[in-house]
Amino acid sequence: MLSRRTDLPLDADVLGRFLPWIIAFMVFLAVLATAGMFVLQDAASRWSAGVARTLTVQIPPPTGERILPPAEDPRVLEALKILRTTPGIVRANVLSDDRLASLLEPWLGRASAVSGLPLPRLIDVEIEAGTTVDAQALGQRLAEAIAGASVDDHRIWLDRLLRLLGAVEWVAMAILACIGLATVGTVVYATRTSLAVHRQVIEVLHLIGAQDAYVARQFAWRALSLGLRGGLIGLSLALPALLAVGYVAAHIDSELLPRASLSPLQWGMIAAIPLLASAVAMLTARVTVMKTLAAML
Amino acid sequence: MGFDVNDCVVRFENVGLRYGLGPEVLQDISIALTPASYHFLVGPSGAGKSSLLRLMYLALRPTRGLISLFGRDIAVTPRDELPALRRRIGVVFQEFRLLSHLSAFDNVALPLRVAGTRESDVQRHVEELLAWVGLKDHIHARLPTLSGGQQQRVAIARAVITKPQLLLADEPTGNVDDRMALRLMHLFEELNKLGTTIVIATHNETLVKRLGHPCLRVDGGRLVSDRPEGFLKSRGSAGDGHGAEPTPSPRTLGILS
Repeated sequence: MLSRRTDLPLDADVLGRFLPWIIAFMVFLAVLATAGMFVLQDAASRWSAGVARTLTVQIPPPTGERILPPAEDPRVLEALKILRTTPGIVRANVLSDDRLASLLEPWLGRASAVSGLPLPRLIDVEIEAGTTVDAQALGQRLAEAIAGASVDDHRIWLDRLLRLLGAVEWVAMAILACIGLATVGTVVYATRTSLAVHRQVIEVLHLIGAQDAYVARQFAWRALSLGLRGGLIGLSLALPALLAVGYVAAHIDSELLPRASLSPLQWGMIAAIPLLASAVAMLTARVTVMKTLAAML
Repeated sequence: MGFDVNDCVVRFENVGLRYGLGPEVLQDISIALTPASYHFLVGPSGAGKSSLLRLMYLALRPTRGLISLFGRDIAVTPRDELPALRRRIGVVFQEFRLLSHLSAFDNVALPLRVAGTRESDVQRHVEELLAWVGLKDHIHARLPTLSGGQQQRVAIARAVITKPQLLLADEPTGNVDDRMALRLMHLFEELNKLGTTIVIATHNETLVKRLGHPCLRVDGGRLVSDRPEGFLKSRGSAGDGHGAEPTPSPRTLGILS
């Protein structure tokens, strides 16, 4: 890979033996951390978009009276009237008995079992995109008109969840930063060792008129080549791991789990990680060599 | 004499050198070598010959005094301008300092490649010069397979491949037979005629007498032979007779011109 003529016997030294595997390990971790971060970001934006624009209004079940169908319940009609006249609300629909029963089914069993129970009336409210509705004020107005009516603002629940996701994302980014720092540190260490090993050769190159950049270029190309080799090893190990996690996640039937799939752009960014790692290795090697050589005559 | 000291290829003024906190290995060295002059550097082992050469080829800085190369005061020359000065100097190191992982060809090619010479020119020049020093059949040989004498010739070829303005050689004929020693000396003579200033450290008194060039004699870290008229010899007067062998073959001229 990247065979260039070199005056330094870099092939068999510590740089060549050690660096590809370190870079492979770092790229493996970086790919997993990045993929995890993308899945969380995706989940956060989907939940945010889906839930932020809805409210649920709850009206307690009628007590001691004949149970009317939701659409005929005067309290429901009153609530709908208030909601439909509130600016920013584009839709307010009362949930039918069947829909209620199906929502309760996981807890209370088949729909027939709940048909006779006094259930609260739920109104699904959709808010116009780009506007906000003061859920607290709306709740107060509804409570004044209808005893016991309340507004369930999903935003509060969602905010907490998004905060949690945000924290996990920061942790993923911190892991990526640590991986980057560890890579830089490793390359610096390996390059310095290599410089010490080849000091005699470098001195001869200097004495016959080589610029620092001439020597640094050889180290930089070597680091790039080793970095690419290591990066591809790391990527080829990480991809099966990612696909396995994705496969397992896809077979868990849960609305709560984030969708474990990545967009082409995100796959592209993951594929760029080995390139980034080798570019970091190349730049670090060059800077290390230039700094070390500056101390020589 | 009317000679400006700033035109000197090498100028030392009261130069002293010590390694670490040790005693001065060179003391009060003052020399001025004019363009195309040719000097032998002689003296007993440990007298400071190699240290003096190392100062000249910028492997060391003096502890005191002034060193000027090609009219540039080394003390005030920025570090990034030193490579350009070094490219004007060819060095034959006593221990050769060849790169053992490279072939004879690549070792000799190194100064040209470092200077950014086109690879086609590198090929031509290096092959021609290696043939001239008798290594035609060993062009692509790896260094460890060559004898001491062959390695020495590779080292000399590397030093002269760029036709340097200053050639410094530390015992350049120590490992070759007399015939090859003379042949290599002819190469130096030829370079000298083309304007290269030459300083050769040697123990070979026969060679010194035979070629008859002025001597810089170092003893106990001091220059004991003080012949300023010899050091300031102008170009063209070097190598004029003194028992030197006839001019080398025109092929040499082809290589060096």
